[in-house]
Amino acid sequence: MIGAKAKVWIERVQNGRSLYLVGVLAYILAALLLMNWLNRPGLRDAVWYPLVSALAFAAFLGSLLLIYYAPLAGLVKGILGLSILLVLLPFLGVRNTFLLEVATQVGIFAAMALGLNIVVGFAGLLDLGYVAFYAVGAYLWAIFGSHQANIAFGTNRFPLEPEWFFLFLFLAVGVAAFTGILLGLPVLRLRGDYLAIVTLAFGEVIRVIVNNLDKPINLTNGPQGIRPVQRPPLFFKPWLNALGIRLDDPTLYALYFYFLVLVVIGFAIWLARRLENSWVGRAWTAIREDELAAQAMGIPLVRMKLAAFATGASFAGAMGMIFAAKQYFINPESFTFMESIGVLVMVIVGGMGSIPGAIVGATVVTILNLQILKGLSLMLNKLRQAGVVIPILNFPLSQWPTQLEPAKYERLVFGILLILMMILRPQGIIPERRHRMELAEALGREEAPELERLPAEEELPPVIPAPEVKPARD
Amino acid sequence: MANLLELRKVTKRFGGLVAVNQVDFTLEPGRIVSIIGPNGAGKTTLFNLITGIYKPDEGEILFEGRSLVGLRPDQVTARGISRTFQNIRLFGNMTVMENILVGMHTRFRASPVDILFQTPRFRGEERELREEALRLIRFVGLRASPDELAKNLPYGEQRKVEIARALAARPKLILLDEPTAGMNPQETAETTRLIRRLRDELGITVILIEHQMRVVMGISERVTVLDYGEKIAEGSPEEVRRNPRVIEAYLGRGVAIGAIA
Repeated sequence: MIGAKAKVWIERVQNGRSLYLVGVLAYILAALLLMNWLNRPGLRDAVWYPLVSALAFAAFLGSLLLIYYAPLAGLVKGILGLSILLVLLPFLGVRNTFLLEVATQVGIFAAMALGLNIVVGFAGLLDLGYVAFYAVGAYLWAIFGSHQANIAFGTNRFPLEPEWFFLFLFLAVGVAAFTGILLGLPVLRLRGDYLAIVTLAFGEVIRVIVNNLDKPINLTNGPQGIRPVQRPPLFFKPWLNALGIRLDDPTLYALYFYFLVLVVIGFAIWLARRLENSWVGRAWTAIREDELAAQAMGIPLVRMKLAAFATGASFAGAMGMIFAAKQYFINPESFTFMESIGVLVMVIVGGMGSIPGAIVGATVVTILNLQILKGLSLMLNKLRQAGVVIPILNFPLSQWPTQLEPAKYERLVFGILLILMMILRPQGIIPERRHRMELAEALGREEAPELERLPAEEELPPVIPAPEVKPARD
Repeated sequence: MANLLELRKVTKRFGGLVAVNQVDFTLEPGRIVSIIGPNGAGKTTLFNLITGIYKPDEGEILFEGRSLVGLRPDQVTARGISRTFQNIRLFGNMTVMENILVGMHTRFRASPVDILFQTPRFRGEERELREEALRLIRFVGLRASPDELAKNLPYGEQRKVEIARALAARPKLILLDEPTAGMNPQETAETTRLIRRLRDELGITVILIEHQMRVVMGISERVTVLDYGEKIAEGSPEEVRRNPRVIEAYLGRGVAIGAIA
């Protein structure tokens, strides 16, 4: 028995698998130590702190990517990934809630990117007004989860109790999906550029409506926005107390939203994957590849496109609602065209049609936006206050115009990022891969034992040395 | 025996151009027939009219006695008519297997709920149709792996995938638009044999648009000749080959009659 086990272990070492495991664990440990070190008092005032902590966090999240690519057994990957997401990250987050905030925002955008990926990546329908569905979800809860509904309908029944949040989460999914169908019906006869223009307009229309619907009935409170928005109930607080865990409410909420978003993303991934590997997903991809041929294969174009629109919209609806509750305050500013573009950039950067790609894209773009650019701005400010002068040019940083702060470079960065991606890696960070194991599955065999051939050079994932990459099997 | 397909005085105009003019056409089940004609004669337009991509301006199209006019292409496919395209239109970034599974679209019965919860119904159907797709791959004599992306296949193989994809819907009638275009003689012979097997082994009625006379004369039981959108001749390959109008319109243009023999 023990001999057999030892033999297995020896084989594993010979296969180099355990080396990978050690490598991955070492990486995670190093990232943890770095983050821990950054938590030391005193360091926070250092000029480089914001940038380094942002990079450290990015490196920490990067371990998930490393796990994804490492040639390890699925179970090991699952355990490692979940322990990072469910244990390590919350643990770090309790000490520094900003990390949780960033992680939650990453999650919100990841779920949106997953939704948009269905529309743009799977079905090939370029939707530039995706944020509209996000707004629909957000305002649905903001109106009924605040005093706003009292003003609009002249009652004093509102805000709804926190418990209603979960019912409304389902409602938001439904309403957003319905809005998707409403938008889809007239525009889905259009193709390509025309569809893009009309959806762009639709996104703006929703924002303008929200911006102006403070009269005749004050439904959205116009540009002032709605505050405060009811948060979901802290039903588990007594349980935590009973366990002896005492945290203040802001930390609890931060954790709460983090886990809530994780659950929704888990659901979104599950949904997207199941659909992808069925006749529904294949029909979507066929439409993307060749609309006419797809229709000639018996695919009802309008119905399948509407399904894609509605499914994508429903993800955004749910996330919008969580966003509203998390932010405590929403106004039309959060739902501009830039947000639609942002989510689209995530999908493109990650890899169109690729589920892990959408998540990685969302992470990269959000961290870049929320942490790295902001970190650079903070750094600049500190340097400015310290009266630093750029040596050769003899330019005092204090004269650096505030309009040119890195945090305001968002659009520039999106642009550069897109151009770079198009030149260097047009298929995205994690390109779409077609399901490759059909044969084995169809014949009811076990998963094909033979190694998959190495991907062509251009397909090689970045960073990873990648021998024996297992197919992106779900 | 009732006709499988019947076109009555079908006309299609594009602006001032009459692409198909008052064409009558009947087809009994179990036949292999060809439509020939010079470039721009309206052959592909005729296919597009039958499959619902275009709507006829005049006339009636009946399939198994029921009108096809006004149906969308996907509804026509669901009635039992499949087609291939003149310029291959495979789903390039999907695998061969997936292409064929898309061709089976009308036959999937699993609901979204079945899909999400991977019920036995979903799994069973998926396995069954994948097995059938493998049989189709063997039937058309594809050498490539089912997991290969369609766009990576050589031309001749792509043609075969397209035929397999069209067969996947289990059609009663298949419309092949120049299936041997661009093939070398060996591939052409292979494809000709395949077309005959569609009818002989699967019982599918075939309409063929073809330029290679060797193919047309070799397998079709009846040939219809279009020129400028009009049907100028119809009959057995022998009759058509001897028809003076055909020779004038189609073969007379610098092509020696002997070349088609």
